Formats: sequence, structure tokens, C-alpha cells
Amino acid sequence: MNFSEYFSLLFSDYTLRTISLGTALLGAICGMLGSFAVLRKQSLLGDAISHAALPGIALAFLITGAKDSNVLLLGALVSGLIGTFWIRSMVTKTHLKSDTALGLVLSLFFGFGMLLLTFIQKQPNANQAGLDKYLFGQAATLIEKDVQILLLVTTASLFILLLFWKEFKILLFDVEYANTLGFNTKFLDILITFLIVLAIVLGLQTVGVVLMSAMLLAPAAAARQWTNKLSVMVGLAAIFGAFSGVMGTAISASQNNLSTGPVIVLIAGCFVFISFVFSHKRGLLLREYKFRQNRRELHHNKTLLFMYEIAKDHKNIEHPHAIKILNNFYGFTVKTLKQLETKEFILISGQNWSLTKKGYYQATTMFMQNEIKNDNTTN
Amino acid sequence: MTIPQIEIQLIAVVVAIACAIPGVFLVLRKMALISDAISHSILPGIVLGFFITHDLNSPLLILFAALFGVITVVLVEAIQKTGLVKEDTAIGLVFPILFSIGVLLIAKNANDVHLDIDAVLLGELAFAPFDRFFVGEQDFGPKSLWVMGTILITTCVLLFLFFKELKVSTFDAGLSSALGFSPVLLHYGLMSVSSITVVGAFDAVGAILVVALMITPAAAAYLLTSNLKKMLFLSIFFGIISALGGYWLAHFLDASISGSITTILGVLFLIVYLSAPNKGLISVIIMHKQQKREVMLLTFLLHLNNHSDTTERHINHLNEHINWHKLKSKRILDLALKNNLILIDNEIVNLTEKGQEFTKLAIDYIITNTDEKIEHMKDDFFLFRG
Repeated sequence: MNFSEYFSLLFSDYTLRTISLGTALLGAICGMLGSFAVLRKQSLLGDAISHAALPGIALAFLITGAKDSNVLLLGALVSGLIGTFWIRSMVTKTHLKSDTALGLVLSLFFGFGMLLLTFIQKQPNANQAGLDKYLFGQAATLIEKDVQILLLVTTASLFILLLFWKEFKILLFDVEYANTLGFNTKFLDILITFLIVLAIVLGLQTVGVVLMSAMLLAPAAAARQWTNKLSVMVGLAAIFGAFSGVMGTAISASQNNLSTGPVIVLIAGCFVFISFVFSHKRGLLLREYKFRQNRRELHHNKTLLFMYEIAKDHKNIEHPHAIKILNNFYGFTVKTLKQLETKEFILISGQNWSLTKKGYYQATTMFMQNEIKNDNTTN
Repeated sequence: MTIPQIEIQLIAVVVAIACAIPGVFLVLRKMALISDAISHSILPGIVLGFFITHDLNSPLLILFAALFGVITVVLVEAIQKTGLVKEDTAIGLVFPILFSIGVLLIAKNANDVHLDIDAVLLGELAFAPFDRFFVGEQDFGPKSLWVMGTILITTCVLLFLFFKELKVSTFDAGLSSALGFSPVLLHYGLMSVSSITVVGAFDAVGAILVVALMITPAAAAYLLTSNLKKMLFLSIFFGIISALGGYWLAHFLDASISGSITTILGVLFLIVYLSAPNKGLISVIIMHKQQKREVMLLTFLLHLNNHSDTTERHINHLNEHINWHKLKSKRILDLALKNNLILIDNEIVNLTEKGQEFTKLAIDYIITNTDEKIEHMKDDFFLFRG
């Protein structure tokens, strides 16, 4: 199956449509809530919580004996929340740092989950197969009911986000201010954390424990590069997430042996890479360009100042001088001279240059600034 | 105990010690999560090594995996240096992407080989004794014991050689570079050792247990002591206990050994976390309460000092004026009485001489030392703490 077939099948094939819709929704909700996680410096919370959800899944199965994905996800949600609040209490109450707390919860919960899973596997219960799909995720197991839940959760969290928009915003950027204004920051904090945990737990079935953190981070990190406005960032992250979901599904469906989760993560990774390099605000390319531009400007100014030093001793500042006398000065090249000429700072005729009035004025102001700076430093 | 059982326990103990030593430094340097990142992103290294050698037992695999561990660290630092995202985001981006590449490489090219992601992530200690190390016909014991033993000995030698350098650079990077030990060199040295330990250990116990064995003993020890040497010994001790305890738990439950070792580690940590003196949750909560009460006592004494009017110092007036409810005010009154700071005469509260002296000193102290704590004065004046 190639791409065009995929997109034509997208509208006719039931399974493909369900899965694409599911991954798109998941990408959107992860991008949306991931923006908050990234800005709150809780990027790795996703990693910790997705691992911490495992014992919840196993325990829910042990207690109910049923493999209903909603019950299992509820278990995952509970144990994810316990993990989150333990991390928080460790960071606030003891001197352990957040990285240690995250690593502890991640590995300890996951290890306990593994113990339970292997314990379940030894039980005489034929129903237990397939629990390990939560480890690596299988988008192919998404059914319409899962998509409905995803849709429900996405709408609900969007609604809550819009309802508490200004509160969340102020919580993100200035907690103390939010406190003094009388907002219940504890409640808001718990609410947004709950939403993030919910998104993580929903993603487990599709992309699995390991890759969940990238699902949460990558769209948000990519969106962050394009804007300094929260609303735009959340929207962009949701779009990036949804797009990675659909693209990932398309690519993995059109090839043999490609699991969906890793492909989605790689696509999201491509978004991050492109944003890092090409962003019009903070991109690496733009930064390099600006760096070079600054360097060139510095060269121009140095040359112009040197010319000024020569010209100021003459009565007529527009008196021509030989280019040769610039030779014991290394700040100039043929190119910089040409560029100075296009700026009308100097005139070049043959082997001679002369400052124009405009160039002289420019150099004087620059010279004055230099003088002032030097004075300041000597004082 | 049969011989394989003893061998499994021996491997578990060696792995636990080998992980605990770099773990202490990772926790102290706030880089605990790097171990998690490394344990995941070595996957493409193993796959690439396998493509080159076509042999799952080749030492080249470990080399490639360790290389990818170091690449992870370098990548994380490179992304962080651009200033576009924070360090945690950089970690969270790098390892899932590398892991995805590994998974896809396996899926596309090595589907028919026994190179299981489950095995990489989870490991199975129970199978470790079956993979033996032969020289000619002679059986020298399980291979992973040799691998981990070598890593452990190397780690120990490096630790003894560079102990003071590691110590200085961990606690004061500036001083360390001023003294001429390059923090960068030590940083990458530590990262390489951690990488190699993770790679050597994951084969036997799985990636997640490696993370648990690195971070948990160190974190538990950190709650109990502030001395680096004691912390090292304590975390090694915790590692050994949980390795042995975990093995027997798994034996009785007939479940995964790495899972049970992690669970024992978790229980150990939980106990330490709750009950550690001074730094544990319970003593922290008690200390907070005590401090709160002592601050209230101080407020109360200052209030008394400010009012010469007897109506202001009436015992029933307390609740309305400072807005404390009855039980609270009674407790504070009792505390003040016990410490001989006040006298109650005819329901009028009076400061004693000692109380006046304390209040005066406290005011001076609050005015002159804005940032420091008042603990030493409490020690001088209080017979009973809050």
C-alpha cells in the first residue's frame, strides 16, 4: 500500500479510519497538554507517569479479572496519580531533587508492575494474554470505543483549558502572583497535573510506556520555537501532534513491519528538528545568520572609523585618499568597501576613496559613542 | 541452594554494587535521569553491533551500546546548549527517538532473530547462569558474572584513584576547575562508566532494573547521611540487601527476579523515606509543626510585649486578637508557661523576666539578621520545644 492508496482507503476502510482518527486525537491532546508540561519544566513527568501506570494496569486486572480497557486505564490513572503526588511530596518535603524523584518513581513502580505481570502470567487464567501491549503500545488495537473515549477526553480537557485559561496561564508564569490574587493555586496545580496524567494514560495503549514521553514533549517543544504566545503554542502543538499521529499511521500502514508508535515518535522528532533549525524566531539557522550579519557590521564600522581617523585631519573631509593606505589595517576587504559604497558612506574612484558627508556624519556619531564608552571605562 | 541459585544471587549482588557506585554520583549531580535515558537509547547501538557481527554474544555489541550511551549524553548536552529547550526536555526528546530508531531497525531487518525488545527492557536474571564462559573446554562460570565483575573492579579502581577529584567536582565544580581537575573530563568519565555499567547490567537484569539499582540505593542513603563515604557504603549495603531479598521473593512468588528486586528496593526506600531521622517525611512533618508552633509562640510573646494595657493581655482576648482558635491558643499558652516565659495572674497574662529578655533579644535578632534562623536562641531559652 502506498500513500495515495492510504489516503483513499482512509475514507472507505473502517479500521484505518478508526486508527488514524485515534492517533490524531491522541497527538492533539498530547500536544495541547504537553505544552503545559514543557513550560512547567515537568517534561519528564510523562516518562515517569507512563512507567508508573503499569502496576495500576496489572492490579486492575488482578482485582477485576477482566481485560476491559477502560477498567485497566482507570487503574493506570490511579497509579499514575499516586506516582505524581509521591514525586511532588518527595521534591517539596525532602532534599531529594526532582530528577531523583522522577527516576525513583519510574523504576520502582515499573519494577513492581513487572513483578505483578509475571505473577499474573503464572496464574491459571487464559484471559491474561495481551496485557503487555501496554508496554510497547499497539495502535492497531484501537477500536471505535477507544476513539470515542479519546474524543470525549479531548473535548473535556479543551473545555477545562478554555474555562481556566487565564488561571492556568498565570499559574505557569508567576505562581506567587496567582497566589496573591487569591487564586487557589493548589487546586489549579492538581487540575492541570490530572489532565496531563490522563493524557499520558490514554496514550499508553497506542504508543506504549517508553515512547509516551516523546509524544508529550515533541509537539510542544517544536511549537515553542515558533511563538512566544501561550495560546498559539498550545494550538500549534495540537496541530503538530495530530499531524504526527496521522503521518505516522500512514507510513506504518504503507510499509510492512513498522510499528506505529515509533514511527509517530520519529515524525514528531522531525518536527522538532525542523523547528530547531528553521524557526523564524529562535532557529539555529536564523541565529547563525544574525551572528554573521553582526560580524559584518562590525567590520564595516571598523573600516569606517579608520577612514574617519584619516579624513578628520584634512580640511576637506571629502578629500580622496589612496586605498593603499588602508593596507596596514586588516578590517577591510574589497567586499566591505563595495558595501560601504552602496550605503553611500564613501565614494570610490579608481584607486582612491573619499568619505561622503553622510559617511562622515555616521563615523562622527560612532566615534563619539566610542569616546563616551572609553571615558566610562577609564572612570 | 543449588549452584545456579548461588550463581544468580552472586550476579545480582555484583550488579547491585556496580550500579550503586556510579548511582551515588549521578544522584548527587542531579543527573539521575541520564541513567534512564542511557538504558533506553543503547538499543540502536546493540542493533547496529548485531548487524555488523551477526553474533549476539560479541563484545562489540557492548562497545557499540556504550558508544550510544555516550552519544546520548553528548546529544542531550548539545540540544541543551542551543538554549532552545531546557535540559529535561532535551533528555525526554533524545532517548525516545533513539529508542524508536532501534525498534524500527529491529522490526525492519532482524525480525527473525532472537533480539527481543522485551528482553532488552526487562531482562531475565534467571537465564543468566545458562550463558557460560568457556576457555577451550573449561567452564569458568556464567558469562555475565565475568562481564559485571570486570566492570565492578574497573569502577572500584577508578573510584579509589579519582575519589577526591570526583568529590570536589561533584560538590563544587568551580573549585574543581580552579584546582586544575577538569570537571568536563570527570563528567564524561563518569558518564562513560555509567554507560558501560548500564550496558553490562541490562543484559542480565534489564534496563529498568538498572535504573532502579542506580538511583534507589543512592537516594535512600542520601536521606540517611550527608557524608559521601558513608553514602557510598550505605547504598552498596542497600543494593546487596535488595538483590538477595529480591531473589528469594521471586523464588517464592515464582515471578520475575528483576521485578522483585525492584519491589524490595521500593519497600526499602519507602521505609527510609518515611522514617529517616531529620530528613524523612515523618520527621520533616514533625519539624514543620514544631517550627510553626514556635513561630506562633514568638508572635504571642511579641504581642504581649507590645501591650501594657491589661485588657489587651486578658487570657480570653487572645482568640479574638490573634485569631487563633481555642485549642491552638491553649497549646501555645501551655508551651509558654512550661518554658517560664509568662505568668498568668488573675487571667491576665504577664511576661516573666525571662520572657522579657527573650522577647527583647528576639526583636533585636529579627531586626538585625533578616535571613538567618533563630534556632540557637530557642536552644538557649526553651526547656520544652513546640
